[in-house]
Amino acid sequence: MRDTALKTVHASLGARIVPFAGWNMPVQYRGILDEARVVRSKAGLFDLGHMGRVRVRGPQAESYLQRLQTNDASQILPGRIRYSMILNDQGLTQDDILVYREPTEWASKGKEFFVVINAGNAVRDLEIMRNVASGFDVQVIDQTDELGMIAIQGPLSQQITQRLTNADLASLKYYGWTCGTICGVSMEISRTGYTGEDGFEVYVPQHLTTKVWDAFFAAGKQDGLEPIGLGARDTLRHEAGMPLYGHEIEETTNPLEAGLDWAVKFTHDFVGRGALEAILKRGGTGRRLVGITTTSKRCPRQGYAIHGNGEKIGHVCSGNISPTLDTNIATAYVRDAFAAPGTQLTFLVKDKAEPCTVVSLPFYKRSR
Amino acid sequence: MRPNDRSYLKSHEWCKIDGTVATIGISDFAVSHLSDLVFLDLPNKGSNVTAGESFGEIESVKAVSDIYSPVSGEVIEVNKDLPDNLEWLSQDAFAKAWMIKVRFTGKSADLLDGKTYDAHCAAEG
Repeated sequence: MRDTALKTVHASLGARIVPFAGWNMPVQYRGILDEARVVRSKAGLFDLGHMGRVRVRGPQAESYLQRLQTNDASQILPGRIRYSMILNDQGLTQDDILVYREPTEWASKGKEFFVVINAGNAVRDLEIMRNVASGFDVQVIDQTDELGMIAIQGPLSQQITQRLTNADLASLKYYGWTCGTICGVSMEISRTGYTGEDGFEVYVPQHLTTKVWDAFFAAGKQDGLEPIGLGARDTLRHEAGMPLYGHEIEETTNPLEAGLDWAVKFTHDFVGRGALEAILKRGGTGRRLVGITTTSKRCPRQGYAIHGNGEKIGHVCSGNISPTLDTNIATAYVRDAFAAPGTQLTFLVKDKAEPCTVVSLPFYKRSR
Repeated sequence: MRPNDRSYLKSHEWCKIDGTVATIGISDFAVSHLSDLVFLDLPNKGSNVTAGESFGEIESVKAVSDIYSPVSGEVIEVNKDLPDNLEWLSQDAFAKAWMIKVRFTGKSADLLDGKTYDAHCAAEG
């Protein structure tokens, strides 16, 4: 198990630490529901030291990324970020990633990239990334150890973060990134996150991670900034309809049935393209990812069967108690015929059927 | 130091014996590790429970956990107000938040005394 640079900080905050994807991570500090509410109403701070951070350098960085991932790297403007996926030859999902193109003012003049990958897939991703790189003039540089990563999420994120940095955050677009000085050191800041709220993610030289974390608290205490664990992070991303690898997406799913076709551009020759085209040609896989809500007191949990017309027609990917919607929510793969919003289904808790209804995703969308 | 007037299972249930009746609940350690409790399912009066087997389920924000019985026998009373007052579990796990009373015919061979259970909790963290 690896520790992030914030290990002692978490201990002093009374965090409950659990093993997650090879890392000791805080799952909660005060309580998952309270923490989720803080992020929706004020702002919360997250240690994301476990996420994989990879630099892609070299003259063929763009054409390399076109091969590696599903989104169209040539359409990512300098200083902007896109959600994307790495697939295998069968079109099955190896990971979901964010692809960052450097701003034109930087040394690469907007020609090089940064990629953030999931902790649980980091080893495999790096192997894939290096294998694909053998055909291109690029360097794939794993910066996970040299950079820490801290996220601030919630409606007060901008006003708190602006107290720490000279970067003009008001003009930084959602899914954009820039450089700013924090604690006297220049570092990269993106307007991204995994909660459905406004917020920023900061890529901190590792030795400064604790200092920057403390600086955020000093700046945000007056606004009620609190530390948030992975438990609330999962609740928040689920409410916002964002997939989690190992749940909505995994090695047995493709992006089309997961409703992520918007992140797949058939404009370039990415790994898995042929397989996806074949799936499209035969009209899909016969199932799709849907949202589920229930009036039951029971929460549909990962792996529970979904029944329709008296037979099993799907399974639950993730289930959560939603503090924002005040109901239990789930995502599930169901057969196409049962995927229309409003369809009445049941989910099985052990062998007891509980009622549920198909709803469109996301469950929650912030007002802008 | 947890109450020493009762026995514990490593899975964090407690059981207090009074004659032929065992009162059963879960420990403060279990409650603090579950956190954010949202649902409790208890058996009906008159049903039978078996030592070492699940008699109910408790659901927290992120997980569902089985509750195991320290004894075998018939459920003679259920704390039926508890499922609607789950905060009792964090307030008073060892008294007000008892779950079931069982007229028991046998006990689990794996029961721990309070001191041993304390050590088990300390080791689990």
